[in-house]
Amino acid sequence: MVELTLPKNSVIRSGKTWPKPAAATNLREFRIYRWDPDSGENPRVDTYFVDLDTCGPMVLDALIKIKNEIDPTLTFRRSCREGICGSCAMNIDGINTLACTYGMDEIKGVVKIYPLPHMPVVKDLVPDLTHFYAQHASIMPWLETETNEPVKEWRQSPADRRKLDGLYECIMCASCSTACPSYWWNGDKYLGPAALLHAYRWIIDSRDEATGERLDQLEDPFKLYRCHTIMNCTKTCPKGLNPAKAIAEIKKMMVERAI
Amino acid sequence: MAHFNRGNRPLSPHLQVYRPQITSVTSILTRVTGNALIVAVILIVWWFLAAANGPEAFARADWVLTSWFGDLVLTLSLWALWYHTLAGLRHLLWDTGRGLELKTAEALGWAVIGGSAVLTLLTVLVV
Repeated sequence: MVELTLPKNSVIRSGKTWPKPAAATNLREFRIYRWDPDSGENPRVDTYFVDLDTCGPMVLDALIKIKNEIDPTLTFRRSCREGICGSCAMNIDGINTLACTYGMDEIKGVVKIYPLPHMPVVKDLVPDLTHFYAQHASIMPWLETETNEPVKEWRQSPADRRKLDGLYECIMCASCSTACPSYWWNGDKYLGPAALLHAYRWIIDSRDEATGERLDQLEDPFKLYRCHTIMNCTKTCPKGLNPAKAIAEIKKMMVERAI
Repeated sequence: MAHFNRGNRPLSPHLQVYRPQITSVTSILTRVTGNALIVAVILIVWWFLAAANGPEAFARADWVLTSWFGDLVLTLSLWALWYHTLAGLRHLLWDTGRGLELKTAEALGWAVIGGSAVLTLLTVLVV
């Protein structure tokens, strides 16, 4: 359901401004969303200043620097620091992206950082992705077969393999789904761009033998058809993938098999 | 996902912080113009009904609809009609699986905005 405003306990209050590092000349201002589950208080936005002369170029470098040198309580997920694990997905400068691959030079002025939008917040920049992962599991993200297992392996022609390009690269960072207004309003029933891109990845896999079953499962007013081609997903994908196109292809297959 | 029991967890900000995109703005405008056109249709039906009801009723409706305010509403409705038509064509193209590359989709967004403005001006000038 559409709710344009935030619930009472989620309204953001102004937070504290942390002291500037001494003797630094090249400062960058960061405003970062904070919520402490133990405080019982509303979320707030804290202001930090980072010395860019002693900091790496990526937003994640600055976050780690803040945590190391200014405020050890700042909480965020990160792991690979090279855009392959998807852990550090967050809302930076108004779009969802990976802090590790987003350069600070791509942002004008103050760097504003929030958790992935319209999600329950566990702490600070850490959202609860339980439901998001459950939706991914619901599309059966594995090879479904009925024929006997081949002696060596499931063969696939290079041409059929190429159909998976632009799909298999998804790292499930949740940037796309949490950028989607349809997912904001109907995320309980609408699967969202990430899960649907994965659904399509298995639907067009030449080795998969459950295509009909997969399409049956998506034939639903909410699961698939809440996509209205808003395209925030494609615009924001840090891997440059196109979930909107994958969803359009599923919709096309639905029509094609009906006529 | 406000519908879930989040316990005491807050909902992270969404519309409040997400930067509008050309594709998202043109998408919501499609819905806005579609709904606004219902109002325009009601006004025009009122005009017709008034005409069928006799000179007095027609004079009243006609006075409202040809006043500067009526002109404004109907001109905006004209734009809404063109916008909604072009955006609908864009959706038809998308339904065929085409025009979904990011650059094309964004160009189509600007085309819908620019095209609806031009067509509105042309219609005003011609009619």
